[in-house]
Amino acid sequence: MLVTNLTILVLAGFVGFAVISKVPNTLHTPLMSGTNAIHGIVLLGGLLVIGLSGNGAFNKVILVIAIAFGTINVVGGFLVTDRMLEMFKRKPGPPPPPAADKDA
Amino acid sequence: MLATTFLQQADFLHVLYIVAFALFIYGLSGLTGPRTAVRGNRIAAVGMAIAVIATLLARGEGNWALIVIGVALGTAVGVPAARRVHMTAMPQMVALFNGVGGGAVFLIAWAEFRNTGGYLGEPTYFAVFSLFAAIIGSVSFWGSNIAFGKLQELLPGRPITLGRSQQLVNALVAAAAVACAVAIVAGSHSQLLFILMLIAAAVLGNLVVLPIGGADMPVVISLLNAFTGLSAAATGVALNNPALIVAGMIVGASGSILTNLMAVAMNRSIPAIIAGGFGGGGVVAGATGAGEHAGTVRSTTAADVAVQLAYARQVVIVPGYGMAVAQAQHAVRELAKALEARGVGVSYAIHPVAGRMPGHMNVLLAEADVPYEQLREMDDINPEFARTDVALVIGANDVTNPAAKTNPGSPIYGMPILDVEDANSVVVIKRSMNPGFAGIDNELYTRPNTAMLFGDAKTAVSELTAELANI
Repeated sequence: MLVTNLTILVLAGFVGFAVISKVPNTLHTPLMSGTNAIHGIVLLGGLLVIGLSGNGAFNKVILVIAIAFGTINVVGGFLVTDRMLEMFKRKPGPPPPPAADKDA
Repeated sequence: MLATTFLQQADFLHVLYIVAFALFIYGLSGLTGPRTAVRGNRIAAVGMAIAVIATLLARGEGNWALIVIGVALGTAVGVPAARRVHMTAMPQMVALFNGVGGGAVFLIAWAEFRNTGGYLGEPTYFAVFSLFAAIIGSVSFWGSNIAFGKLQELLPGRPITLGRSQQLVNALVAAAAVACAVAIVAGSHSQLLFILMLIAAAVLGNLVVLPIGGADMPVVISLLNAFTGLSAAATGVALNNPALIVAGMIVGASGSILTNLMAVAMNRSIPAIIAGGFGGGGVVAGATGAGEHAGTVRSTTAADVAVQLAYARQVVIVPGYGMAVAQAQHAVRELAKALEARGVGVSYAIHPVAGRMPGHMNVLLAEADVPYEQLREMDDINPEFARTDVALVIGANDVTNPAAKTNPGSPIYGMPILDVEDANSVVVIKRSMNPGFAGIDNELYTRPNTAMLFGDAKTAVSELTAELANI
C-alpha cells in the first residue's frame, strides 16, 4: 500500500509541475485561490476519521472544526476563484492594436 | 440493499476518487487561458463534489449530524466571505483560506493520533506521514494567520524580528518539533508529546512569518500554499486516499512553482526571504556608497502630461502596489479609455511581483474591465518600451529602477525590472520623493527623459483624464 501511494505521490508531483507551468502570470492569483480550494480536499480526511469508531467527545469537537475549516476552504475557494475568473472573461475586449507595430 | 453494498465496494470508491482527481487535473489545465479558465475551475469543483460524495458513501459509522454541523458552519463562513471580499483584499483572503486548510490538516492528524491511542498497532509509515502532516499543517495554519494579520494591517507590516538570534531560535524550535515526532515514531504513545509538537510547530509558523516585510508577501503566501498542499498529500498517504494524495501534490507543485517565480522576480533566494529583513546590514551599506544622487528631479503638471499622452501613439501604463493602495485602478481604466478613443495604443506592463500576491495586479485591472489582452507580462513588454512614446508609472518604484541593471552595489542588483527608461518619455506619478520599500533611491527619477507628477495616484490620474477632455 505504501509503495502504491508513494508512486501516486511522485507521479502527481510531476503532473502538477507540468500542468501548472503552463499557467500564465496573469492568472496566477486565480490559480492560487483555485489550488487553495483543491487542498480543501483535506475535508475528506475529516469525513473519514469522524466515521471511525472510538471517537470521544474531544475528537468529535476537533473533527467538526476540521470539517468546517475544510468546507470554508473548498466552498470559499471555488466561489472566489469563479468570481475572479468571470472578471477576466467578462468581455472579449477590442482587438488591441499596438500602434508601434507598424514601425517595427 | 444490494445497491448500497455495491456503492460501498472499495473498488467502486477508488474509481470515484480517480474520476475526481482526473477532473482536478483537467480543470486546472483550463487555467492556461482566460476563456477556458471559468469552466476549468467549475470542472475542478465538480471533481471535489464527487470526491466528497464518494467519501460519504464509504464511511460506515454514523455521526451524520456532526458532519452536517461542520459543513453548515464552513458554508456559513466561506460563502459570504468569498462573495463579499474586495479584489484588493484578495491576498489576505487567500492567506486565510490557506490557513484554515492547514488547520484542518493538523486537527485531523491530532484526532487520528487520539483515535489510535498514539498509533498503537499502526504501521510506521502511517505515523510518519500523519506526524509530518501535523507539523506542516500547524506551521501553515499559524504562518497564514500571521500573513493575514499583516496584510489586513491588524499587525504591523514591517518585519518583527528577534535580531541575530532569529535563525538559531527558528532552528531550535523546528528541531524540537521534529524531536517530538521522532520520539512518537520510536514508540511513545504520549499525547503530551504530540501536543508539544503542535505547539513547537505553531511557534515556528509565527516566527517564520513575523519577520517578513509586506513586499515579500507574494513569496510567503506561495510558500504557505505549497506547505498546505504537501501536508494534505501526507494526510492522503496516511489515510490511503489517492484523491487526497494527487490533489495535495498538485497544490504542492503549484505553490512551489509560484514561490520560485516570485523569488526569481525579486532576485532573492527563498532562504534569504525566510530569514527575514531585506538582505542584511552589509548589503544595504554597500549600496549607499555606490548609489548617490546624480542630476535633479523634474516636476511636471497634469496639463503637460495630458498633452504628451494625447499626441502619443503608444502608451504603456506601469501599475504598482501604490495604485492598488490608492484604489486608482478604475480611474486608470477611465484614462485608458479616453486615450483609446483618441487612437492611442494602451497596454499595461505587469511585473511579476506587482501587488501582494502572484498575479494580484492583473486581478485588480481585470476588475476595472481592462481587457485581458492589454495586460502584458514583463518579458513580453520589455522590448516594446523602446517603441513607446510615454511610459506612465503609477505607484511602482523598485521594479522600474535601472540600478538593478547598472549598479552592482545596489541591493536590488540583478532583479529583473521593467525597462521603462527605454521609453521616449517617462512620467512617474508618485506621492513624494520617498524611496520604495527597499529604501533605495530610484535613479529613473533623475533621468533627463523622466518627469514626476506628484500627487495621490487616483487624484492625479483623474486630473489627467479631465485635462485630456480639454484638448
